[in-house]
Amino acid sequence: MSLFDHKLKDIQELLHKKEVSVRELVDESYRRIEEVDDQIKAFLTLNKEEALKQADEFDRDGAQSGNGALFGMPVGLKDNIVTKGLRTTCASKILDNFNDPLYDATVVQKLKEAKAITIGKLNMDEFAMGSSNENSGYMATRNPWNTDYVPGGSSGGSAAAVASREVFFALGSDTGGSIRQPAAFCGVVGMKPTYGLVSRFGLVAFASSLDQIGPITRTVEDNARLLEVIAGHDHMDSTSANVEVPAYSEHLEKDMKGLKIAVPKEYLGEGVSEEVREAVRKALKVYESLGAEWEEVSLPHSKYAVATYYLIASSEASANLARFDGVRYGVRSEKAENMIDMFKLSRSEGFGDEVKRRIMLGTFALSSGYYDAYYKKAQKVRTLIKQDFENVFEDYDVIIGPTTPTPAFKVGEKIDDPLTMYANDILTIPVNLAGVPGISVPCGFSSEGLPIGLQIIGRHFDEQTVYQTAYAFEQATDFHKQQPQLGGAGK
Amino acid sequence: MSEISKEQVKHVAHLARLAITEEEAEMFTKQLSAIIDYAEQLNELDTDHVKPTTHVLDLKNVLRKDEPKQWITQEEALKNAPDKKDGQFRVPSILE
Repeated sequence: MSLFDHKLKDIQELLHKKEVSVRELVDESYRRIEEVDDQIKAFLTLNKEEALKQADEFDRDGAQSGNGALFGMPVGLKDNIVTKGLRTTCASKILDNFNDPLYDATVVQKLKEAKAITIGKLNMDEFAMGSSNENSGYMATRNPWNTDYVPGGSSGGSAAAVASREVFFALGSDTGGSIRQPAAFCGVVGMKPTYGLVSRFGLVAFASSLDQIGPITRTVEDNARLLEVIAGHDHMDSTSANVEVPAYSEHLEKDMKGLKIAVPKEYLGEGVSEEVREAVRKALKVYESLGAEWEEVSLPHSKYAVATYYLIASSEASANLARFDGVRYGVRSEKAENMIDMFKLSRSEGFGDEVKRRIMLGTFALSSGYYDAYYKKAQKVRTLIKQDFENVFEDYDVIIGPTTPTPAFKVGEKIDDPLTMYANDILTIPVNLAGVPGISVPCGFSSEGLPIGLQIIGRHFDEQTVYQTAYAFEQATDFHKQQPQLGGAGK
Repeated sequence: MSEISKEQVKHVAHLARLAITEEEAEMFTKQLSAIIDYAEQLNELDTDHVKPTTHVLDLKNVLRKDEPKQWITQEEALKNAPDKKDGQFRVPSILE
């Protein structure tokens, strides 16, 4: 059994009683990375020297220093979260030499204040564009449950590292499902908070009206604890919401009796595999047995979400990624003789195909003569999708459905067809467009032994109800206790 | 219905400051046409009287006092630069 199989609260207890040292926790991370990461390929950069130094410091004066909420806990960070002095690439060759960032993202500052220890930076689809980690400029992370399969994306490195016990927990980012989908594929818990709950300062921007940082953990309780630390208003992000952050983890137990669950018929329809539907039906039975009520509802504009998302996200990306020009940081092409060619060649050599495709789609959708037909149209349909959610939340407490239409797919299976790959996000994208919170928790396994995720969606800033609903399911089932048989780690 | 031509793709690439090969131009023409074609389904919806959503939380302008603060030094600003000279970023010639 790994030290990381314990809950955060229990590890804090062990640390307090000096039965475990911070050094042992950090050593465990690097030992496990050494053992399995050549198969999993989750880490792009390690922070070993600094992490070990910190661990020893914490052990030396930990008892006196007013322990932080995450004292000594080994955390992994998706590589689009900026870390001062620690290489940050977004898994893109254009940032290959970005070895010395000047500041920490707000979430990293908050982790430091809570005394968590950064183990390293985790692989992702380049600039968070993708659903399989195959779009990384460096390597394709593998699914710990079966390394022939993708871990999901774009936070695939984060989910795989947590599932394979390389870190205690991790942060990811979610623009169209990039926390929830890999969490579902890797059998862990992933939360995309309400847009604006967590500061985006220092998150390298992909689509600014959709991006949100969130926690990936093994249990609901630890997920809530991590979100408590990273959430909150930040004057460095003017879109961050000025709201009180509740102590989610202190109020997880709630009687499900009377909870009103909406199940959108569109989320169990065509394109969703029978295995996934069956797992969700069984989950609804669990809720019934706990006293909750569920009814079928409709989110009628769901089928337009993928098209809406790709127009809006790509348009925003085309503007955000204009900053990568080879002038102030990042890789510059050696071949150019004038300024314009330098921009063009640096970007063409530095960006992968998917990133170029989305920059071009966005540039087209924003270009003169097409703006109204595509970008503005998509923003109007976004309003309709958002209203679908508002209508349902007038009568129901949460929405429940699958996180993904199928379990993880094989490496290479969808990489050549962008539209097939995009369809994989059909159940997560509407949540980002509406800005509401959504979590994925393990709810079963396919016949091939791959995890299936249950998605629970709540009202704006009602993470508390989402966590309570997820916690009740987790306590009533033991899917979260299963673990991949990787590298000889027994059950 | 909405075919994007190869010429349009090349023009968009120029606007986006991307250098693409003839081969890439063909690939992107096919793929972008398929994606735009897929996006045409939004036209099934009548949105004449729908307001566009630019931001889910409906934020108004967020203002703060404009006070200068020490952020980074010139030296720090330059330390990740691919090329620099005399405390400035250096780039290839802009004028012929």
